[in-house]
Amino acid sequence: MSATANTVIEEFAAREYQWGFETPIEAITLPRGLNEDIIRQLSAIKQEPDWLLQWRLDAYRRWLTMQEPTWPNIRYEKPDFQDIIYYAAPRPKKALNSLDEVDPELLRTFEKLGISLEEQKRLAGVAVDAVFDSVSIATTFKETLAEQGIIFCSFSEAVRDHPELVRQYLGSVVPPSDNFYAALNSAVFSDGSFVYIPKGVRCPMELSTYFRINARETGQFERTLIIADAGAYVSYLEGCTAPMRDENQLHAAVVELVALDDATIKYSTVQNWYPGDPKTGKGGIYNFVTKRGKCLGRRSKITWTQVETGSAITWKYPSCLLIGDDSVGEFYSVALTNHYQQADTGTKMIHIGRNTRSTIVSKGISAGFGQNTYRGLVRINPGAENARNYSQCDSLLLGDKCGAHTFPYIEVKNPTARVEHEASTSRIGEDQIFYCNQRGLSTEDAVNMIVNGFCKEVFRELPMEFAVEAQKLLGVSLEGSVG
Amino acid sequence: MTQTTVHSYVQEFEDLLRTRGAEPAWLTPLRRAALSRFSELGFPQRNQEEWRFTDVRPIAEQTFLPAGAVTSVPDRLLECPLGALPFPRLVFVNGRFSPELSRCEGIPAPVRVGSLADALRVDPAPLERHLARYASFEQHPFVALNTACFADGGFVHIPRNTQVETPILLAFIAVPGVEPVVMHPRSLVLVEENAQCTLIEAYFTVPEAQGVYLTNAATEVMVADRAIVDHYKVAHEAHSAYHMHTLQVELQRSAQFSSHNLTFGSAIVRNDHNARFHAEDAECTLNGLYIARDNQLVDNHTAIDHAVPHCNSHELYKGILDGRGHGVFNGKIFVRKDAQKTDAKQTNQVLLLSPQATINTKPQLEIFADDVRCTHGATVGPLETESLFYLRSRGISQQEAQNILIRAFAEDIIDRIRPEALREAVHATLAAVLPQSAHTETIPFRPGTVQNS
Repeated sequence: MSATANTVIEEFAAREYQWGFETPIEAITLPRGLNEDIIRQLSAIKQEPDWLLQWRLDAYRRWLTMQEPTWPNIRYEKPDFQDIIYYAAPRPKKALNSLDEVDPELLRTFEKLGISLEEQKRLAGVAVDAVFDSVSIATTFKETLAEQGIIFCSFSEAVRDHPELVRQYLGSVVPPSDNFYAALNSAVFSDGSFVYIPKGVRCPMELSTYFRINARETGQFERTLIIADAGAYVSYLEGCTAPMRDENQLHAAVVELVALDDATIKYSTVQNWYPGDPKTGKGGIYNFVTKRGKCLGRRSKITWTQVETGSAITWKYPSCLLIGDDSVGEFYSVALTNHYQQADTGTKMIHIGRNTRSTIVSKGISAGFGQNTYRGLVRINPGAENARNYSQCDSLLLGDKCGAHTFPYIEVKNPTARVEHEASTSRIGEDQIFYCNQRGLSTEDAVNMIVNGFCKEVFRELPMEFAVEAQKLLGVSLEGSVG
Repeated sequence: MTQTTVHSYVQEFEDLLRTRGAEPAWLTPLRRAALSRFSELGFPQRNQEEWRFTDVRPIAEQTFLPAGAVTSVPDRLLECPLGALPFPRLVFVNGRFSPELSRCEGIPAPVRVGSLADALRVDPAPLERHLARYASFEQHPFVALNTACFADGGFVHIPRNTQVETPILLAFIAVPGVEPVVMHPRSLVLVEENAQCTLIEAYFTVPEAQGVYLTNAATEVMVADRAIVDHYKVAHEAHSAYHMHTLQVELQRSAQFSSHNLTFGSAIVRNDHNARFHAEDAECTLNGLYIARDNQLVDNHTAIDHAVPHCNSHELYKGILDGRGHGVFNGKIFVRKDAQKTDAKQTNQVLLLSPQATINTKPQLEIFADDVRCTHGATVGPLETESLFYLRSRGISQQEAQNILIRAFAEDIIDRIRPEALREAVHATLAAVLPQSAHTETIPFRPGTVQNS
């Protein structure tokens, strides 16, 4: 590696989090800590029906009996669950009818992130449900969607307006007892998004929500539930950036997807939360998320696409339960760890129905002191005749102080199944850089190009708007850190 | 329950220590340390990652007596394919050396080949630096148990610059009785600078043996600078037997080690085959073939530790699972910090022949260096319907067609066995375990189904 290349690497590796700023807004907060009273208060603030309160309390009691998982390949200081504020909301002034009534401070925050609601509103095609801390402050395009019978609202609104749907599906994919953080989320989730696409409707636009963790020391517990009824199609985008801060913040979200007969759900994520101090690894978000989709109907399809560039620690396995015959699960992932970031991410594909198919494409990039782990499970149950899986997980190492790990579990209990798994680990070759230099590309551009090429299979799966943002993020987080 | 059996092993150990003849002073503390580690660890539980798919309760809950000395050995033992191998051999019956059955013609003079117990009695000095120093008993209860309790096994010492052309066979024969018995064969192989040898470990029993027994074996191999070792392990124990084997290989500069691990099921088989690189430019191959049928469980764990730069490793494991056979594969490759220019390749292929067969496979890479080339691949699937159709259209019966394809699948490994006599013996053993006609129905032939991807 030439001296110039090394300089470029150092520059990029040293690049700091660009989106770190904080919006000073007064917040209503519950006292620190967690007990049944806090949950009751939280439920009361949100004016929830009794069944939901009981559901939360049940989850809380289960959570008390559970242990924090120790199997992920990550090292971190365990969060103190009594030192977290479980609810914070921007102080409500009055009911909001238009963007003009939104706190201008908030709007400026979004503008800095390059996702101005004003602009978004005019750029038809993306409806934004912006979740600022824990309460939805603005929902656009609601009317357009409502015409088609599509429900796209905050979780609290869904509980109020469509309790029968929420009650039927809440916890049906990720039961509260599923894991430690899912139980915690079930007990204290504050808000999130709810989507219902009626029978045979193709959602005319990409649905999108923009998460942003703001008020200091506020754990954020989002809950997302998406239901695609028979023959429906929806593409859902989730993107996040968070401001800079010192203390670790816990984010334990739960996402549940349900696809009925012939339905398709495409769920895309770009995650760029604060990764911690680049020099010490201090601070940064703990991203412990449970995401799972249930292909309940025949010929249903769920696609997860994720670009994970932020967070100090990522612990996340978007999974598919392929229950319906001929259902399809897909997982496309780019996970990047730079500086002191750690990621333990992957997917689970559980083949239950006949002729079910799944594809896994995972690209891990490690730089600096980053540790990147792919952990995946492909399980073919005895009844899954002719199931088919193809998995590919590739790792790119930039620098000699980072690590890449793969833990793919493959369990097959049906002899007609075909399962293939491939994995490789490599780095950017000096010859590749030289080839590009020779053709007049700077080392920086060359690395950018090669990394983007490495991730292309995944970016191709992202909706256009996100693909652009993803490439930019990858550039910011890494570009050029070749060792 | 398992606590009481752990206790019974501790008891057994104390008895052994009293009755065993004089041993070198350095060995007893090692045995004691291993035993206390075993009592701490207890038998592995399913909630331990390393034992997640392998339930050893049948072993933990069984009380095994130490295998007694056997005076007469059935003739037919030496007539089975593995017993009849025409190589110089050390024979151990129920874990004890049998001078009558062993023969060492054809081995050049400076080479030391014999019983480990004898070596410890006669000239233990060269062993001190090696014995029980490589196979760690810190994490593995069965290695700890073996270290505490082993009575005998093979000791092979090839001095520097010596090439032994003929393969050396270590034959471990079990003659189970009415009571369940346990044996702990322990072997140590030291191959000095620039030496070369071929080593075969065979674990087998009288073909119709019914008794329950546990073979808890451990083998340590030290391959010094530029030495070359070609290692084979064949296990064809009784249906009712349990087989645990840990192979620990240490490779020095420019050393070459290759191993072929052939397992023809027994009730529970667990192999831990580990290799560690200590200096640059070494090469290691770990290949394996395993067959599990009926209710058998075959668990192969391998770990290759690239602790230094410029080493290569290759790994190919193939499994054939029929009946209610359960296969487990876990292949770990560690590339430590600074182990640059590592080239590691791992492949695991599994053939599932029956609806009740299960495979749990987990190829695992842990990489801490950037300038490396590491790949792994795993495939699981049935026999190709097109290939079956091709054979059947030429008048070959369903069963025969299946067997041809299974043999072809296995041949990929068997063909790599260099000693011809061993290759033939493995062919014969494979033929004996392949279904003759019993499983015709396991794969319904469906000319209509064409694999669509």
